[in-house]
Amino acid sequence: MGAVVISTNQLTKKFGDFAAVDSVSFDVYQGEIFGFVGANGAGKTTVIRMLCGLLLPSSGTASIAGFDIYSQTEEIKKSIGYMSQKFSLYEDLTVKENIRFFAGIYGLSDKEIREKGDGLVFELGLQESAKKKVKELPLGWKQRLSFSIAIIHSPQVVFLDEPTSGVDPIVRRQFWELIYAASERGITVFVTTHYMDEAEYCGRVSIMVDGKIRALDTPSNLKTRFSGNTMGDVFRSLARGAARVGD
Amino acid sequence: MRTIFLLVQKEFIQVFRDKTLLTLIFLGPIVQLFVLPLIANYGVRNISIAIVDYDHSPYSQQLIRKILSSRYFELGGYASSYKDGRSLVKRDEADLILEIPNGFERDLVRQGQQKVFIAINAINGIKGSLGGAYLSEVLSDFNSEIRLQWMRPERFDNEPRIEIRTSDWYNPYLSFLVLMVPGFLVTLLTNIGSFLTALNIVKEKESGTIEQLNVSPIRKSHIIIGKLLPFWILGVVDFSIGLLIARFVYDIVPVGSVLLIYLFLAIYLTALLGLGLLISTYSETQQQAISISYFVVMLFTFLSGLYTPLDAIPIWAKVLSQINPLTHFITVIRMVMLKGSTFSDVLYPFAAIVVLSLIFNLWAISNYKKTV
Amino acid sequence: MKSMAAKQLSALVGKEFRQMLRDRKSLFMLVGVPVMQIVIFGFALTNEITHAKILVEDYSRDPVTQRIVDKIQASTYFDVEEGSLMPDALNVAFRKGQIKLAVVFPVNFGSSLLHLHRADVQIIADASDPNTAVTLTKYLSSIIADYQMELDRTSKAPLQIEPEVTMLYNPELKGAPTFVPGVVAFVIFLICIGMTSISVVKEKELGTMEVLLVSPLRPALFLMAKGLPYLAVSLLNLIIVLLMSVFLLDMPIRGSIVLLLAESVIFIVCALAIGMVVSITSKTQQDAFMNGQLNMMAPAYLLTGFLFPVENMPLPLRLLANLVPSRWYYIIVKDIMLKGMGLQSIWKESLVLVGMTVVLLWVNTRILKVRLQ
Repeated sequence: MGAVVISTNQLTKKFGDFAAVDSVSFDVYQGEIFGFVGANGAGKTTVIRMLCGLLLPSSGTASIAGFDIYSQTEEIKKSIGYMSQKFSLYEDLTVKENIRFFAGIYGLSDKEIREKGDGLVFELGLQESAKKKVKELPLGWKQRLSFSIAIIHSPQVVFLDEPTSGVDPIVRRQFWELIYAASERGITVFVTTHYMDEAEYCGRVSIMVDGKIRALDTPSNLKTRFSGNTMGDVFRSLARGAARVGD
Repeated sequence: MRTIFLLVQKEFIQVFRDKTLLTLIFLGPIVQLFVLPLIANYGVRNISIAIVDYDHSPYSQQLIRKILSSRYFELGGYASSYKDGRSLVKRDEADLILEIPNGFERDLVRQGQQKVFIAINAINGIKGSLGGAYLSEVLSDFNSEIRLQWMRPERFDNEPRIEIRTSDWYNPYLSFLVLMVPGFLVTLLTNIGSFLTALNIVKEKESGTIEQLNVSPIRKSHIIIGKLLPFWILGVVDFSIGLLIARFVYDIVPVGSVLLIYLFLAIYLTALLGLGLLISTYSETQQQAISISYFVVMLFTFLSGLYTPLDAIPIWAKVLSQINPLTHFITVIRMVMLKGSTFSDVLYPFAAIVVLSLIFNLWAISNYKKTV
Repeated sequence: MKSMAAKQLSALVGKEFRQMLRDRKSLFMLVGVPVMQIVIFGFALTNEITHAKILVEDYSRDPVTQRIVDKIQASTYFDVEEGSLMPDALNVAFRKGQIKLAVVFPVNFGSSLLHLHRADVQIIADASDPNTAVTLTKYLSSIIADYQMELDRTSKAPLQIEPEVTMLYNPELKGAPTFVPGVVAFVIFLICIGMTSISVVKEKELGTMEVLLVSPLRPALFLMAKGLPYLAVSLLNLIIVLLMSVFLLDMPIRGSIVLLLAESVIFIVCALAIGMVVSITSKTQQDAFMNGQLNMMAPAYLLTGFLFPVENMPLPLRLLANLVPSRWYYIIVKDIMLKGMGLQSIWKESLVLVGMTVVLLWVNTRILKVRLQ
C-alpha cells in the first residue's frame, strides 16, 4: 500500500441539528480506487464537497495530499480534480475550447495544453467531434470528456461524485476503463456511486448509511463478512432500517 | 493574468454564440435609442382649450383670436356654458377652460377692471401648470394691447413698464430631445449591467459549471474579474454606439469633454456590474435573478431623474435616489454634454459613484463564496 | 357531466392555490412589489417644481429691485441665492448645477423704471431641461407682472384684466393623482403577465403538463383552473393598492367603486390571458420571462400614457399604444377615480378591453388545442 493521500478523522457536517455527515474517519492510499457507496441522502456528496473545499466541516479533521482542509484549501485545489454529478462542462463551447479553458485554468502551458488535449481527444476517439459544441455530444461521451478534463492537470486525487448517473451499464463500463487507466498512472480515485455493480469495481468500498460509515473493506472481504453474493446483498443487509430513504 | 484572459475569452465566445444575447446587447439599445425619444416627447405643445364666451363682444373675439393664434394652444371646442366646458375637460378634449363673463368688454371699459375665469385640469400636472402660465402670459399681452388701443400713446408711455427678456441657455430651441437622449444613453446600459450579469452568473450556478471553477485553484478575485470585465467592455462599446447615434441622428454634440464622460462611464459600469454580481449572489435560480433585477432596474429608472425632476421629492426618496448609480450618471452626462461642465463641477456625483461602486463591489465580493 | 367538470375544476384550482401559497418568495414578489411601487411612485414621482434655486444678480440694489427680490423669495417656487457679480459667476453656477434660473437687474433699474417708465430685466434659464426652464420662467414672469400690477394699481391703470384660476380635480397639484392611476395600470398589468407567463411553461418543463394533457380535461377548464388563483391574487393586490392610494396618498375615488372593480376584473383577465399566451407558446421558463417581462416592460410603461401623453407620439406608436390594454385601463381608472365618471362616459374604453379579453381567451383555447395534437 502506498502513502496516505486522504485522511479524515471524526469528520462531521451539521446543518442545524441534522448531522448530514456524522464522525466519519477513513484513510485513502495513493493510486487506489476508493468507492463511497450509499443511498441518495446518505451524505456522500457532503463528504466530497468538504474534501474539495466547497464546504466547511462542522468538526473533525481531514487532510488531502498532506494539506489541511481548513487552512490550506487553495493548495488542495491545485492537487485535486473534481467531477460533479451535475455534468459541468460549458455546453455552448466546443470540445477543444473546453479543454483549453480548463487546462489553462490549472496553469498548463499552451504547449502542454496542445499535446495533452490532442492526446485526450485521440484517446476518447473524439477526433471527429473536436470542433463540435459539447451539447451536441451524447451523454456518455460528455461524461468521459468531463473526466478526462478533470485529470488533465495530473492531480494526485480525483473526486468523482456519481459520475455515471443516467447512462446504461455498457457506457458505465467504458467510463470505468478510463478510471482504471487513471489509477494505473498513480492518480488516486475517490468515487461515489449508488450503482452496486460499480462498487464491485473498486479497490476498497466504504458503505455509508445515515451519515455514518457502516463498513469499509475490499468488495470480496465485505461479501464474505456479510455473506452475500453481490455488493447489492451486502448493501441491503447494512441499509436495512436506514432512516433516510433515497428518492 | 492568463486565467483572467482565459475567462474573458470564454465569456466572449459564449456571448457571440448566443443569438438572443447578441440582439439584447447590441440591437436592443440601438432600437431603444431610435424609438424612446419618439415616445418621450414631453414638450408641452397643443394644449387644448375650451372657450366659454358669454360676452361675444369685439374684445372677447380679439382675445380668443389671440389665444388660438399663439403657438401653445389649440381649440378644444367652444362651449355654451361652463358646465359644457367641464364636460369637454372630462372627456379629455380640453385641458383648460377659459370663461369670459357676460359684460366683459362693457365692465372693462366702464369700471376699468374685469375678471376672466380659468379652470385647469390639474391631473396632468405639467400640462396644467404650464397651460395656466401660458394663458396668463397671453392675457397680459392682450391687456397691454387693448390698453394701448384705448389710451393715447403719450399717456401710455407714462405707465411704468418692466420689459422681461428671457434667454434659454444651453438649449435655445427648448428641445426635449436634448434632455432625453443623453439620459437614455445611461439607461441603455442598465440592462446589460444588472440583468445580464446577474443572469449570466446564476446560469453557471444552475448548470453547475461555477462549482467546477470553485474547486479549481483560480482565485476568487480572478473569477469575478473574469465575469465582469467582458460586460464592462460590452458596456463601453454599447455606450460608444449610442454616443455616435446621439451625435449623428440627433445632432447632439457634447459641449464638455468626452474624456470626462468616459471616465465617469468607466466607474459607473463597475458600480452597475457590482450590483449585478450582488444580485446574483442572492439568487439561486434565474427566475429569482430576473425578478430581483427587474424590480431594482425599475426602481432605479424611475428614481433617477430621467423622467421627472428630483427637486421636489420627499427626503427618503431623495436618499434612495442618491444610492442609485443612474441618478449620478444621468446628472453628469447631462451637465457635461449640454452645459460643458468640467471635472471640478461634477466632483460631488463623481465621489458618489466611486463610493457606490466600492460598496456594491465589496458587498458582492464578500457575499460571493467559493465555498457553499 | 357538469358535476364532473366542477370536480375537475375544484381539484385543479385547489392544486394551483396550494402551489402558489407554498412558494413564499414568489408570493412576496407578487404582493410586495406592487405595494412598494405604489408607495415609491405615489410619493416620489412628481412634476412639481418647488424651491428651485435662483441666482439674483442685482447691479442696481434699489428699493424696487429689493421689493421684487422679496416677492421672489416669498414664493414657494424659488430659493434666492445672492449673486457674486463676478463676470463668470453665472456660467459657473449653471455648470455646477447649483441654480436653475438667474435674474439680472441692470444698473439703475429702479430709477429708470420710475423716471423713464421703462426698465429691462433679464431672465436666464438653464434650458437643458426645457420644461423646468419654461415653467420657472413663467413663474418668475408672473411674479414680476404681479409687481407691475401693484404699480399699475397705485397709478390707476385702466382696463385691468384679472385672471382667476381654479385647479380642477387636483387643486394642490400633487404628483400622486398624476401618476398613481398609471402606476396601478402598469404594475397590475406586468405582475399579471409575469405570474401567468411561467405558470404553464413550468408544468411543461417539469413534465406534469403531459399528465394533465392526457387527462380528460377540456382546454377551457384547464385555462380557468390556471387563471382563477391568479385572478384572486391580482384582485387582492388591486384592492391593497387602491386602499393604499386612498388612505396613504389621499387619492379620491369619486366614481363608483363597483364599476372600478368590475373594470379591473376585465383588465386583470385580459392581462392574465396575455401571460397565458406567452406561457403556452414559450419553450422554457427563461423564454417566458424574456417574452413576458423584458419585452412587455417597455411598451407597458411607455405606452400606457401616464408618463408621456400618447397624443404627442408619432402615428405608428399611437396605433401601437392602442393595442396595449393598460392604456385603456389607465383612462378608465383616471376617469372613475379622479373625475367621477360613470359607465356612459367610458363605455368605449370598456368595450375595447372586453373585446381584447374575448379575443385573447379565444386565442388561448385555440393554441392550447393545437398543442394538444
